[in-house]
Amino acid sequence: MAKLNPDDLEPVAGNGLLPRRLFLTGGLAGLSLLRAVPISAQQKVPAWMKAPGAPLRPYGERSPHESSVQRIVGPPMPGTDGSGSSRTPLESLEGMITPNSLHFERNHSGVPDIPPAEHRLVIHGLVRRPLTFDLEKLSRYPLISRIHFIECSGNSTALYGAKPVQGGAGAIHGLLSCAEWTGVPLGTLLDEVGVVPTGKWLLAEGADAAAMSRSIPMDKALDDVMIALYQNGERLRPENGYPMRLVVPGWEGNTNVKWLRRLKVTAEPLMTKDETSKYTDLLPDGKAMQFTFPMGVKSVITSPSGGLQMPGAGLYQISGIAWSAAGRIRRVDVSADGGKTWAPAALSAPVLPKALTRFRLAWRWDGKPAVLMSRALDESGTMQPSRDALLGKRGAAYRYHYHAVQSWAVSAAGEVRNVYV
Amino acid sequence: MSTSRTHACAIVAAGLTLFSMNPAAQQSSPQPAAERRASPHPPAPKGPALGVPASAEEIAAMDISVGPDGAGLPPGSGTPKQGAAVYAAKCIVCHGPEGANGVNDRLVGGQGTLTGATPVKTIGSYWPYATTVFDYVRRAMPYPAPHSLSDAEAYAVTAYLLQLNGIIGADDVMDATSLPKVKMPNHGGFVSATGPGR
Repeated sequence: MAKLNPDDLEPVAGNGLLPRRLFLTGGLAGLSLLRAVPISAQQKVPAWMKAPGAPLRPYGERSPHESSVQRIVGPPMPGTDGSGSSRTPLESLEGMITPNSLHFERNHSGVPDIPPAEHRLVIHGLVRRPLTFDLEKLSRYPLISRIHFIECSGNSTALYGAKPVQGGAGAIHGLLSCAEWTGVPLGTLLDEVGVVPTGKWLLAEGADAAAMSRSIPMDKALDDVMIALYQNGERLRPENGYPMRLVVPGWEGNTNVKWLRRLKVTAEPLMTKDETSKYTDLLPDGKAMQFTFPMGVKSVITSPSGGLQMPGAGLYQISGIAWSAAGRIRRVDVSADGGKTWAPAALSAPVLPKALTRFRLAWRWDGKPAVLMSRALDESGTMQPSRDALLGKRGAAYRYHYHAVQSWAVSAAGEVRNVYV
Repeated sequence: MSTSRTHACAIVAAGLTLFSMNPAAQQSSPQPAAERRASPHPPAPKGPALGVPASAEEIAAMDISVGPDGAGLPPGSGTPKQGAAVYAAKCIVCHGPEGANGVNDRLVGGQGTLTGATPVKTIGSYWPYATTVFDYVRRAMPYPAPHSLSDAEAYAVTAYLLQLNGIIGADDVMDATSLPKVKMPNHGGFVSATGPGR
């Protein structure tokens, strides 16, 4: 392939953003793209080629050189060990799939240790035939596999604050992960129990010490909800609901009830603690919105992002993720001049509904201060809002569903910081 | 082990064969669920029907949920005075004296603050249903030992928290009949963004 001269490339938007066709056509093959991460020194005579390597092993581990990539574990709350969250280090990952060891956690009373043979799921309430299922039987149902993001509705909540907090993409936005989930369509089991016509809601309850429970409308339950048994090909991780959980595509993470033990079909929502006192959105007039389930269209640049260091002027690969409960991502625009001009990014296939979509764009950084932003457009035609537009509709007490455009300022020294534009 | 795996595979294969070989029967079977769909996904496949009937006793043992109409509330009762003793023994460490100034969630006060700059969301100011208090206490509290309170103790703690918030009187008895009738100060404060009819 002919080597490209980056100086021949014409920017398509302010501050050096280059055409996305470079990614779409493979035209970047001849280019070396800088990333805002350290690069270890080259060795001409590598020691690891002078003797046989490690033996085979029955269960793999990542390279020890990657051990610094960790979930960002929040501080424990007094008296409630096991409650809280850990975040996915988005700035250290690529592609659309979150490794299971780094999938975010949000637990309301720790991670239960459940012997699978003793776990039961009961489906009852407004049904003709209340039934119980165990893991062995559910594993014998026709399974489906779907790639979906799960995002806590409290993700990015710090950005409601008046001053921009400093932290990496993961620390700010890492209550977000994406996995291939394999399991049984909930509709299959609801057909088996026979929902009576008055059954319009479904209470889902976990087998954790909080017996965390949420009510879900029947229409959604029959649409695309599944009882997941596998996560990225292996059985669910304990912290992600082993041995079975709900996956409620696109809806706030709290409804994706883990360690699922009970589904009760009801006529009305049961008004559990986590759908009244929590996960509700208080408006300036004192009224609170309830059952605000779908996660809004959103994107964030993960590289470069807060806390990373740009090694110097040159050609960079901007990389980020976009997602929406409304379906597929149609387009992601990137700006390097604080939103004055925008250029469309290359979307990395596959672009799937209610899944993370990876976007990339080449950027020739001239070494001067710049502000990087991304804005996503989903297939419903909804554009990710600016922070001002989002806050304009919400009061000071809003805590959930933050999905405004994220801005990263790059200083002349190459430091990347969270800013409000 | 290998025998049971072979058996499992055979069951699944039988279910799938039924699905693929008999599409007419599949489509003509009553599927009210499918009619309500507005989804790009095809109707959920028929399963092999391996669910085991759940007896009323089994369901009763697992069903700990309480609805706003009181459905699911158990026998038993409690008063604020009885609840104060339980609270002092099991709740005060995290939630503070009289439901405030603890290291964890504030439970009392805050009425009238929801439209202000710093809303204080408590049982008294924010929670729309008294039944939710009982439901949550019984399923998840006290944090280190959920399911350790008797139903009477759960009623009593609920009564104490309602009384501290000025919602019921000091002598009011909370039980399956009285609790659903308690009208919370913020009862009309919620607007549903989803669900049937929207």
